This record gives sequence, structure tokens and C-alpha cells, in this order.
Amino acid sequence: MKNGFDENADRKAWMGLLAKAPAGRVATLLDAAMTRPGFTWLRTPEIGSAMVRARAGATGAPFNLGEMTVTRCTLKLESGEVGHAYIQGRRKSDAEAAAVVDALMQTGIADRLRAQLLEPLHDELSAAKATRAAKAAATKVDFFTLARGEG
Amino acid sequence: MYVAVKGGERAIENAHAWLAEERRGDTEIAELSVAQIREQLSLAVHRVSAEGSLFDPDLAALAIKQARGDLIEAIFLIRAYRTTLPRFGFSKPVDTGVMTCDRRISASFKDLPGGQVLGPTFDYSHRLLDFKLAAEGEVPEAPSQEAEAGDVPHVTDFLNREGLIEEPPHGDTPPPDLTREPLEMPADRALRLQALTRADEGFALGLAYSTQRGYARNHAFVGELRIGSVPVEMEIPELGFAIEIGEVVLTECETVNQFKGSKAEPPQFTRGYGLVFGQSERKAISMALVDRALRWEELGEDNIGAPAQDAEFVLYHADNIQATGFLEHIKLPHYVDFQSELELVRKLRREAGTDQVQEAAE
Amino acid sequence: MQPQALTGGFTDPAVQSAHAFRSVMEAMARPGTLREISGAEPPAPMSRAAGAVLLTLCDSDTPIYLAGAVDCPAVRNWLSFHTGAPLVGPAECMFAVGSWSDLGPLSIYPIGTSEYPDRSATLVVECPQLTASGAILTGPGIKETAALSLPELAAFQDNRTLYPLGLDFIFTSGVRVAAVPRTTEVS
Repeated sequence: MKNGFDENADRKAWMGLLAKAPAGRVATLLDAAMTRPGFTWLRTPEIGSAMVRARAGATGAPFNLGEMTVTRCTLKLESGEVGHAYIQGRRKSDAEAAAVVDALMQTGIADRLRAQLLEPLHDELSAAKATRAAKAAATKVDFFTLARGEG
Repeated sequence: MYVAVKGGERAIENAHAWLAEERRGDTEIAELSVAQIREQLSLAVHRVSAEGSLFDPDLAALAIKQARGDLIEAIFLIRAYRTTLPRFGFSKPVDTGVMTCDRRISASFKDLPGGQVLGPTFDYSHRLLDFKLAAEGEVPEAPSQEAEAGDVPHVTDFLNREGLIEEPPHGDTPPPDLTREPLEMPADRALRLQALTRADEGFALGLAYSTQRGYARNHAFVGELRIGSVPVEMEIPELGFAIEIGEVVLTECETVNQFKGSKAEPPQFTRGYGLVFGQSERKAISMALVDRALRWEELGEDNIGAPAQDAEFVLYHADNIQATGFLEHIKLPHYVDFQSELELVRKLRREAGTDQVQEAAE
Repeated sequence: MQPQALTGGFTDPAVQSAHAFRSVMEAMARPGTLREISGAEPPAPMSRAAGAVLLTLCDSDTPIYLAGAVDCPAVRNWLSFHTGAPLVGPAECMFAVGSWSDLGPLSIYPIGTSEYPDRSATLVVECPQLTASGAILTGPGIKETAALSLPELAAFQDNRTLYPLGLDFIFTSGVRVAAVPRTTEVS
């Protein structure tokens, strides 16, 4: 996940993963890994939307496609690290868990969380994708050309 | 003119109570859960997401339940809810080139790299009612096969290499947003695409069909149709960089259209574009055909006066919530209006002597 | 982003923004009256009143122009986090904030169009003090006359001639707020 060109690549990756986790999953993994630390809210969880943009003809000028629901929050651990969450859907407790994880990933506990939370989550999401991709692959057409009736 | 009429409160309350009971239906039959609607009526959920202009399958399923399956009413509920949401920002334009495709077909290129992937389609079903579905039962798991890794390129990229197809003009101008500013003419392509993606599916289908039958014929082939999910990335000001905030399911249709050339452009293929929330290929193809028809002016084509070429006609009538709002308002009390009309007709008849004629006839 | 930017917003947004909105609305509806508005703790040099006005009225759909000293990283970051409003130049803004001398010249701000007079800028003018004395105000929302310590007269008289187009002004100082909408006559 490390990328020499983008110093934020690591955090981008874990925040993206937390945003796409199924409902309740981050909280379950987090509580199994550790007792949650104390924190104060800088922004309590709020539900809103993001306007999703796309490009005309896939690569042309941008246009507004429609919105999606998003829940966000920001908190500060007692040790001072600030955690943010922007996750899909209307899920306040999931946003809280995601922001706690984002903050904890900036502490000494990061390696443990990576092993016990981020990696299992990543594997689960990849497995779900792979299952769908395999079903799609089974519907791939193998054309074979019939001999044309010439002569 | 409207006059406040009081006295209907109890009738309205009772009507709502009965509506709730009718919605539930026969209590001997198990109640539908929102999750059941989301999972088992997913294409209705997708239509509500697309035309409600808000991607949230759980909310769309709830709206369908509340609306008793009336999809336009459900879309209305979603649009109303959407207006209550604070907007946190806008995403970077999604890249459909990295779509995880459930389906991906081309009607123009048989041997496209990545292959023709049929996905969960109705296309080759016999359209015969399946009475097995009437009895409950487990569905066997669909077969799977090892998938190739990597992104699936767009078909039109291949035509592009030969220069045989127009390149869409690039740019990063912030697009207009009809949810923030009222729709104004002339509407540029970005605004037209936004209006079309949330347009009523039936209206878009009818217009698209009219172009195929000769009203602004533009000889469309489906260059590519793909359905799948794409990540959505948004710039987060407090972070100073963009992160993925989720994934949306999209249907994308690119048409390749014959074009003989004009004063402005050499002979080449042109493109129409459809992109819709959810799995909705009828809508995506319709959108692409109408998008292409509306582009007559920038391509220097003749306006033959076809409905699908008339941006004002298309865009002002495509929204089913606007349309149904205005249409259905005429069932609301217009007692005074009608009273004055009645007076007018009586007066005109008196003046024309119609009353006497009738009396004489009797 | 520094943690300082992440604090100082409304702690109880629903209630505080409703109170602040009421203050701004009253100030606009009764030009020249002084109101108190609070709940925001923006970074210096922005006043608490201006901070509360922006937290209440601005979001990602309302571009803000920061004029002069308030255009500093601390204020920029604070506004980004708490409002999400894009920061733009004066010609594209819906709200502008700064001292009277930093905000000028006024001719650059959008004044609306005859179809949409509301597509105009609202200027939040940070003042060293704000008192009910000085210029005489008359017009809608003022019973007979009101008085307000305006920085000058001519600009407001010119603005009045543009009606129904024109700019609206909110004056802030400490926790005080007052307003002069485009309908007000100034002498």
C-alpha cells in the first residue's frame, strides 16, 4: 500500500477501505481488537450528501450525475491525534468507528490495527469482489467462427 | 384563485390511516422488510435511485415500501429527502474505465479486448412466466470461472486510435447544477446530461425510440454498454487530499453514430453518452440516443424539427416530479376558479341567445 | 490542517445556528438595529460575529471572498472545515468578508441580474466599532429613521440606485451585528 510518490497514499488507502466497509463491520473488528480510547468530538457525526460527477463520453467535460449519502465526523483522541471519517450511507456509529480507527492509525498501535482490522477488512472486500468477478467471467462469450458456406 | 377551505382535517387523518392499512395489505401475509425490497426488487430500487438523483439503496427501498410500489411517488419521496441533506462537496469525476464490470457488451465490435460479458441479463430469457418463482425455493449458486485481472478499456478507445471517432472535448470547468440553479436555456451538454440522467425512464425511452423511427435519425450502434461499480473519490479540505468515500453502481452506454460530416466536422463517427445510477440499461441507451440527438447544433447538423432535437421541449418535460406535480395539481380544489368559468359560460350563452334557442327546442 | 482550524465551530449546531440565523434575519429586516450574535470562535483577525454569520449562512454552495487581513491560512482552514465554502475572488463570490477599505472597490462584486436579483453578493464588513449613530437610515423595516456608524455614505447611496439589483451589507464588530440591505436609503 506504500507509495513513494504520495506521502498520503497509506492514509488514503485506509480511509477508502473504512468508507466502503459493510455496516457494523469496522466497529466489530475494532472492538474485537481493543478497548476504544477516549476522545472528544470536533464534529459530531452528521449525514449529508456528495454530488457525484462524471465525464461526458467517459473522458470529456464533467457533469453532475446525482448525489449519494455520506456520513462524516471528526474526533480527537485524548493523546491528541485527530481522526476523520467520510463514509458512504447514513451510518453514524460506523462513522464514529471509522474516525477512531483513522486516529489510532496515527499512533503506535497502527501495526496491530493494520493486522487485526484493515487487512481482514481488505480481504473480505476483495473476496466479495472476486466472487462477483468470477460469476461475470462465467458469462463471457467465447465466439467460435462457423465455416462459411463458400464455393 | 384559491380559497382556503377548512373542515377536511378529520377526513384527511382518516384517509392517511386507511392508506397505512392498505399499504400493509392482508395481515395474514408476511410484511415486506426494507432489506427484502432492496435485495429482491433491486431494479426498482435502482430506478428510484437514478430518478430520485440520490444513490442510497436502503432509502430507495424504504421509499418504495412507503409508496406502495408507486415508483414515481417513491422518487418524489427521495427528491424531498435529498433537499434536507447538507451537501459536503462534490466528487472527482468518476472513472468508468476502472469499473468492476458485472456486464459489458458491444454491438459494434465482436472481439473486443476483455470480451463480451453478458452478466445477469434478461436478454436471452424467453419472457415466459416462470411459475417456479411462485413457489418459494432456493436458487442454486451461479457458476463462476476465473476472472482476468486488470481494468477493462473502453471500446471507443480503439476507434479513437484511428481517428475515426470524435474526441469529447476535455475540460475541467465546474459543471452547472440544476439542483442549485433553475434550468435555463440554452443548456450546455453538461446540464443536458444531468437532466437526462434523472429524467423519467418512460419519457426518455419514448424520445429515444422516436429518433430510431426517423424523427432526428442518427443511426446509433451500441459501441459499449457496461454495468458495474465504480469508486467515488472526493477532495476532503481538512485532509488536503482526496479519499474514496464509497462506491456507486452505474450503467454506462456509449453509442457510435454514423456521421457524414458537416461544414464544421469531417466524416467520422460521433458519440452519444448515457450514464445512470444503478443497473438500468434501457435508460442508459435511451439517454445516449437523446444526448446524441440534442447535439445537432454543435455538430452542424440540420434541425429537422424533431422533438428529440428540441432541448427546451426535452429538458422541460423530462422530469417526472415536475410533470406529476403540475399535472396532479388540477385535482386540488379549484372551486372558485370553476365558479367564475361557470358564470362566464352562462353569460356567453345569454349573449349569444343560446338559452332561448334551447328553450324553443324543448 | 492544524487542529486549531478544527475547533471554534458551533458546539450545538442546530440550536446555535438557528439563534444566529434569527439575529441575522432580524438585523436585515430592521436595518440599523444592533444585535448580538455568538457561538463561533474563529481564528484572529476574524470577529466572533463575522464567524457566526459565515457558519450560519455559508456552505459548499456559497463561494466566499476573503479580503485583506482575514485572508490568512488560519481563517481559510477554519472556514473550509466548518463550512466547506469554496474561497474565490470578489467577482465570483456570494459572500465577501473584510474591513471596509479591504473590500473596495465595490463595483467588482456581482449585483444580480434582472431575472435573478438574488444572484448578488452580501458583504460582511468588519468594523472597529459599531454604534447606533452617524448615518441616518430610512426605508423598509425602519419605522421613522435609524442611525448606524457607516464607514461612508456615497457607496450606499450609489448601491440604492441599482435597486432591485445591488449588494447587501452586514456589519460586524466583536459580537455585534447590524445590516443595511439594498432597500435602505442612507443620508
